[in-house]
Amino acid sequence: MLSVDVEKRLGEFALNVSFAGDGGATALFGPSGTGKTSIINMIAGLLKPDRGRITLGDDVLFDSTQHVNVRAWKRGIGTVFQEGRLFPHFTVKHNLDYGRWMSGHKADPKAFAHVVELLNLGHLLDRRPGRLSGGERQRVAFGRALLMRPRLLMLDEPLASLDTARKQEILPYLERLRDEAHVPMIYVSHDAREVKRIATRVVTLDDGRVTATGGVELLSP
Amino acid sequence: MLNLSAQDWTAVHLSLRISIVATLVALPFGIAIAMLLARKSFWGKSLVDAVVHLPLVLPPVVTGYLLLITFGRRAPVGAFLSDHFGIVFSFRWTGAALACGVMAFPLMVRAIRLSIEAIDRKLEDASATLGANRLWTFATITLPLALPGIIAGMVLAFARALGEFGATITFVSNIPGETQTISAAIYSLTQVPDGDAAALNLVIVAVIISLAALVASEWFARRAAIRLHGD
Repeated sequence: MLSVDVEKRLGEFALNVSFAGDGGATALFGPSGTGKTSIINMIAGLLKPDRGRITLGDDVLFDSTQHVNVRAWKRGIGTVFQEGRLFPHFTVKHNLDYGRWMSGHKADPKAFAHVVELLNLGHLLDRRPGRLSGGERQRVAFGRALLMRPRLLMLDEPLASLDTARKQEILPYLERLRDEAHVPMIYVSHDAREVKRIATRVVTLDDGRVTATGGVELLSP
Repeated sequence: MLNLSAQDWTAVHLSLRISIVATLVALPFGIAIAMLLARKSFWGKSLVDAVVHLPLVLPPVVTGYLLLITFGRRAPVGAFLSDHFGIVFSFRWTGAALACGVMAFPLMVRAIRLSIEAIDRKLEDASATLGANRLWTFATITLPLALPGIIAGMVLAFARALGEFGATITFVSNIPGETQTISAAIYSLTQVPDGDAAALNLVIVAVIISLAALVASEWFARRAAIRLHGD
């Protein structure tokens, strides 16, 4: 599936990581400031590694020796950011439809209805993001990434901006996403409890390096 | 109430036409330069910035003179444009529009640049991950989010064009029916005995047009804000 082996120097900080994802939900787990978001940006095509190779299935997304660097908009990777990053000038409906439209897929009312139902967005469709709560925004961001029919779904600390009650409200949706969307996931978090509920596989990171790879039992109880 | 002569009306029509054409023609260039200055770093950027702002700091007469020696009928660029494209600026209303556009350009670029710089670039990253290439991202994210600044820039440019006097009169003179704008007509009237009463009518018209532009821009800006923030 996804295979990442990259080096990147960011000022004083050196990132040097190598890991692979499987067909389920792979968590990148570690304290903040260990370069998790930089890894996500490199996989998404928003940040260029200094050296290395990133492949997804049979496709090479980045290879410094072969000078391959597929543009972000051609990677087909759905990304949910910590702050949601919904487009403020579009309604929820148009936000949800944006990735499908830009990726050149035909409108698929059934898929749209399914995602709306899965994430319980029906009553929000005509609102603009300015009128949504934090939890609602993240749910729309999940739906937007899902509806572009991604080959990989990356979630970068999708719950970090929410309070505990909201987190509890969103976690079941994430579990449904993992079980029903049939898309491999990369889940970034610094919260062990969250990772235990979502992940099928864990990559622990510290100070820009991979410290361990394995199942959720890696995380101390 | 208003007692405008035929010549006054001609000046009003001409002023509106010149200001609107100047604003609309300057707009794509203004957006392009604003994007360039807001987003790119390149060698000679401060020079481009300085040249764009030159009409703001130079005496308008000097700008008009520079236009004359560049776009005049026998001047290098002016001769080329008239020989190859049939575009003539000297002593034509098109020349007045050029002068007004040049004078208004820095104000337009400043307003648009500020609004582009205020856009959260993470939204553009998000649109890239959703499959939008640079052009689509620009058209669907950057441009709509910059709209309030673009409207403000257009109104500033229009108002500046309407009030332009020095560069226009230097470049294309003050020919009734061709290059005599409201400002130039008011000036001409004040030069003849008892002309100030007639000038007052044109002054009132100028005030009305400017206020109308301001009100329209407020209305557009409020609509744009509603679209952005959902209130």
